[in-house]
Amino acid sequence: MLTPAEAEALALSAKVAFWCMVTGLLPGVALAWLLARGRFPGKALLDALVHLPMVLPPVVPGYLLLLAFGRQGPAGQWLNETFGLNLSFHWTGAVLASLVMGLPLLVQPVRLSFQLIDSRLEQASRSLGAGPWRTFLTITLPLAAPGILVGAILAFSRSLGEFGATITFVGNIAGETRTLPLAIYSYIQQPGGEAPAWRLILISVGLALAALLASNALTRRLQRQLGYRDHA
Amino acid sequence: MLEFDLHWQRGGFCLQAQGRLDGGVIGLCGPSGAGKSTLLALIAGLRQPDAGVIRWHGKVLVEPARGVFLPPEQRRIGLVFQDGCLFPHLTVQQNLLYGYRRRPAGERLFRPDAITALLDIGHLLTRRPRDLSGGEKQRVALGRALLYSPSLLLLDEPLASLDSHRKQQILPFLQQVRDTLGIPMLYVSHAEDEVRYLTDRLWHMEAGRLHTGPAGKSIGP
Repeated sequence: MLTPAEAEALALSAKVAFWCMVTGLLPGVALAWLLARGRFPGKALLDALVHLPMVLPPVVPGYLLLLAFGRQGPAGQWLNETFGLNLSFHWTGAVLASLVMGLPLLVQPVRLSFQLIDSRLEQASRSLGAGPWRTFLTITLPLAAPGILVGAILAFSRSLGEFGATITFVGNIAGETRTLPLAIYSYIQQPGGEAPAWRLILISVGLALAALLASNALTRRLQRQLGYRDHA
Repeated sequence: MLEFDLHWQRGGFCLQAQGRLDGGVIGLCGPSGAGKSTLLALIAGLRQPDAGVIRWHGKVLVEPARGVFLPPEQRRIGLVFQDGCLFPHLTVQQNLLYGYRRRPAGERLFRPDAITALLDIGHLLTRRPRDLSGGEKQRVALGRALLYSPSLLLLDEPLASLDSHRKQQILPFLQQVRDTLGIPMLYVSHAEDEVRYLTDRLWHMEAGRLHTGPAGKSIGP
């Protein structure tokens, strides 16, 4: 049904989206916690910076990533010399691009769920002998789980759709950085590419829809388990 | 024995409290907004005073002037909140054992089955807090605080969310705790009759000022 090139694009997209979700969780949860609970100078600026990619043309973060992480860029050179890593024109660069673009979508629901937790539950935990870290791990984090799950799925879905920053930062190399949206774009540019483009478009719509439905269903189940909702 | 002399100010509200608790039950009454809950939070370590000192058997728990602040998890002070504040994602049993597990075996004062029997909550162990009635929640919250083996128990309006019928059901359990376990308690309520059921030693708080009356004496520097 799919040609090898189409299947390749699909598999690459899944790989990039998966790693975007996994590597985004830790910084996403940390940022969400800082923005929800932290009191520090420059918080408004950090908040704006995290959300900036949502309102910028995606080509802008893509170009800035290229400047920073390209072969000549300071971060790129450092990564190359220290770890032998090369992000530009490599699929790992596509992960970074979609991470930057997806971070606001990951942070927002997690932050909201941190804000919604009754802080007296954390006080109760402290008064039962649990230190700040244990309280975070056994009370705060489990209670924020529905938000974290939603954030992870949104980051995954956003990564599946990421186009502008990716093509600017890591190019459109078949088998390396040509994810689903880039493949669709490439087919549309080719004469006679409508049929494969349509197949990939349908797959994109199906995947995005499935991710959102799954996120809804999982959240409802988790909220029931956590005691936020009744059995209804 | 707990001695405190505390000063705390936020916005226009100023709390001044001096007192001494040497066992038994003391009731703390006063209108809402008088600062009763704030005083408990200061004693438990959930808030930091601006000035003053809290001593527990001579050991300083907090003294801003000397930079001493013992965090709540190191104070061994149990707290029962108004609506129980049970952890919604844990079962009743997990709630009960939350503090118990943090206490080294040698420091534990009670066995879980003894407390569940005393409070008659043995049949609730596998349930989640959302499936409990208000009275059951409060008994579990009390059991959770007791199993932490506190050397002092602070109760913040533990019956305020219950109707008078349910109150009558819980008060005997509190009497049991008072008579059989011997943990000193500071019992906050705006309902004086409820407090009188447990003790005749009353403190009053009004507009941030604590009046310990004949039961408490002020402590010297």
